[in-house]
Amino acid sequence: MSANVLILGATSAIARGTAAAFAARGDNLYLASRDLEELKRIAADLQVRYGVKVNYGLFDAAATDTHPTFFQVVLKEMQELHGIVLAFGLLGDQMAAREFSLAEKIITSNFTGAVSILSIGANYFESIKGGFIIGITSVAGDRGRQSNYVYGAAKGALSLYLQGLRNRLFPSKVRVITIKPGFVDTAMTFGLPGLFLVATPQTIGKQIVKTLNKSADVVYLPSFWRYIMLIIKHVPEVIFKRMKM
Amino acid sequence: MPTLTKPLSGWGRYPIQTCELERPERYADLRPTTDTLIARGQGRSYGDAALNENGRVILTERIDRMLALDLKQGILKAEAGVTLANILPVIVKQGWFLPVTPGTKFVSLGGCVAADVHGKNHHHDGSFGDHVLAIDLILADGSHTTCSATENADIFWATVGGMGLTGIISEVTLKLIPIQTSKVMVTHRAASNIDQLFKLLQDPTLDDQYSVAWIDCLASGEKLGRGIAMFGHHATKEELGANFSKTANPSQPPLDRGGADLALPLSRGSWRGFVAKHLNENPLYFKPKRTHKLPFNFPSWVLNHLSINLFNKLYYYKESSKKAPFLSDYDSYFYPLDAIGEWNKMYGKRGFVQYQCVIPEATALAGLTALLKELSASRRSSFLAILKRLGAEGKGLLSFPLPGYTLTLDLPIRDKGLFSLLDKLDHILLQYGGRVYLAKDARISPESFRTMYPRYGEWLRIKQKIDPANRFSSSLSRRLNIAKGEIQ
Repeated sequence: MSANVLILGATSAIARGTAAAFAARGDNLYLASRDLEELKRIAADLQVRYGVKVNYGLFDAAATDTHPTFFQVVLKEMQELHGIVLAFGLLGDQMAAREFSLAEKIITSNFTGAVSILSIGANYFESIKGGFIIGITSVAGDRGRQSNYVYGAAKGALSLYLQGLRNRLFPSKVRVITIKPGFVDTAMTFGLPGLFLVATPQTIGKQIVKTLNKSADVVYLPSFWRYIMLIIKHVPEVIFKRMKM
Repeated sequence: MPTLTKPLSGWGRYPIQTCELERPERYADLRPTTDTLIARGQGRSYGDAALNENGRVILTERIDRMLALDLKQGILKAEAGVTLANILPVIVKQGWFLPVTPGTKFVSLGGCVAADVHGKNHHHDGSFGDHVLAIDLILADGSHTTCSATENADIFWATVGGMGLTGIISEVTLKLIPIQTSKVMVTHRAASNIDQLFKLLQDPTLDDQYSVAWIDCLASGEKLGRGIAMFGHHATKEELGANFSKTANPSQPPLDRGGADLALPLSRGSWRGFVAKHLNENPLYFKPKRTHKLPFNFPSWVLNHLSINLFNKLYYYKESSKKAPFLSDYDSYFYPLDAIGEWNKMYGKRGFVQYQCVIPEATALAGLTALLKELSASRRSSFLAILKRLGAEGKGLLSFPLPGYTLTLDLPIRDKGLFSLLDKLDHILLQYGGRVYLAKDARISPESFRTMYPRYGEWLRIKQKIDPANRFSSSLSRRLNIAKGEIQ
């Protein structure tokens, strides 16, 4: 049976890869983001390639007051929903560390907005006693580094939120999966120095959908990032604070 | 938009130049952002067409969405960055095929338009541009314009074959051709010299939808130009059925017994039967192949006169033994080299030049004989030599094809001597009224270019009208002195 999946932040490269992997299984999709023009193109592409039903609509993570209505529209158009993929996020720039207005934007997109829409989704799945929530956070949330700690803090908070949600929804048979991507070849990383073993968004998308058939709750992608982060997390703070990362 | 500065080359891995790459992911971000730029799809042109030394190169690979597929009329509309490799699985299962396809499927739609690529059916069906119903072109000022043979026709025919120098091709609408099966019916004929090979390609009783000839370019003297002519067409359902009943082992149960066979356990040996059965149930069935990548550059001595000679001899005898027509899947027929990813590494790290030229019909035999003699005398070996008949000249002002014969040679760069040989080949070519294919070229002179492409002046007037500041500029265009304010 095919599932109905809502993808939030559907214009990002990882979201496109994930949407394609769902469509390849025959799932129907609802794509949401701030860029309707772009969504229209992605939706058309998935329909042509995989012959699945793809709806799309406007969603702004920062406009939390619009989220309840948005979710009602999605439910109305899809009839029922089996899963949510949260793929939106804002890396921002390093200036955010010195300017609160920039930091606030990053926190709103990556955390506050995510909590707002996920609490609505979580209530829905809890009421139907099933479904899944896949939250894409980041390895940057595992340890604060000077280069992107506002982003890291927001993503880390989201990981923690998902952890709590998983605990709450376990009795209701709702899967909550935290995905922590390492280096993925997207607009966010293009041209950055010091990248290694970069994965394509298509591969990551396929692996994200595959996690549904496994029991893991927190998944690093590609999987070797689990070990890289294990090491990074265990560097003593007294040394870590002196490092340039 | 973030950029990445790195050494870049075309498929021939010569020349290698430092370029500043930009890779938009959203359609709205695909636009001219700097003073000079060139769009690049899959980088499958061989020389410097998709390079912009010390300048901006816009990668279209993420602008690759298929927007609409009309299954009744066979019309596909897609963004220019999508590759033929991505399109084929989608259209073949619906009974459609590309109207024209080059020898690799790892090319972008936009690249196919910009180089106005041709295939093995050029003598019947023309080049890629002849099947393009419309394109969306992003001009120097960032505005979008729709062009086709009827709307903005001058811009359209300057862009078809225009090597990306008129703007960024952002969307392409293509007319597809219907097919009954995913297979191609192939016939091989051997020829012991160039005269015979020409006769085979010209013989109307042998001619087919697709035709091409492979040449053993190391054969010399009386055997100069010996090779195999290969004809093919998309197999019909009848041909598919007939072929299976012919090849099926009589001791085995017939393959098309419908559901009854499904109960039989499939042993390893019955894999052929499994594929055959799928084909009988769905003649458009196709099992995608895995590609194997060449992991590293071959040392330059691997491809030497001896090894190439050996390969050519073996290939000649193997292929000429195929007397009866046979079925081939479309991948093996159209894209044999795609089975080896990054096969360009075979030529070593100094790269290679693919020399593809065309000589008009009337002087083709004499011209090609002269070219092959020059090559043979040089003791330089081409691993690959392909001869192909071309049909009428298209409307693309800088398009390569003209009625005659095109010869393609892959020549590894071992030393500077290669370039003097190529200059000699150019000289012969010009005597016979021929031209070199810009999508393959890395070294012809501005003067040769102007002689080879007599419609250049007409093209330049359109280019200067829509891009007066010469923003769309590549290493190729600068090498050919296509400059701002140039007077033709």
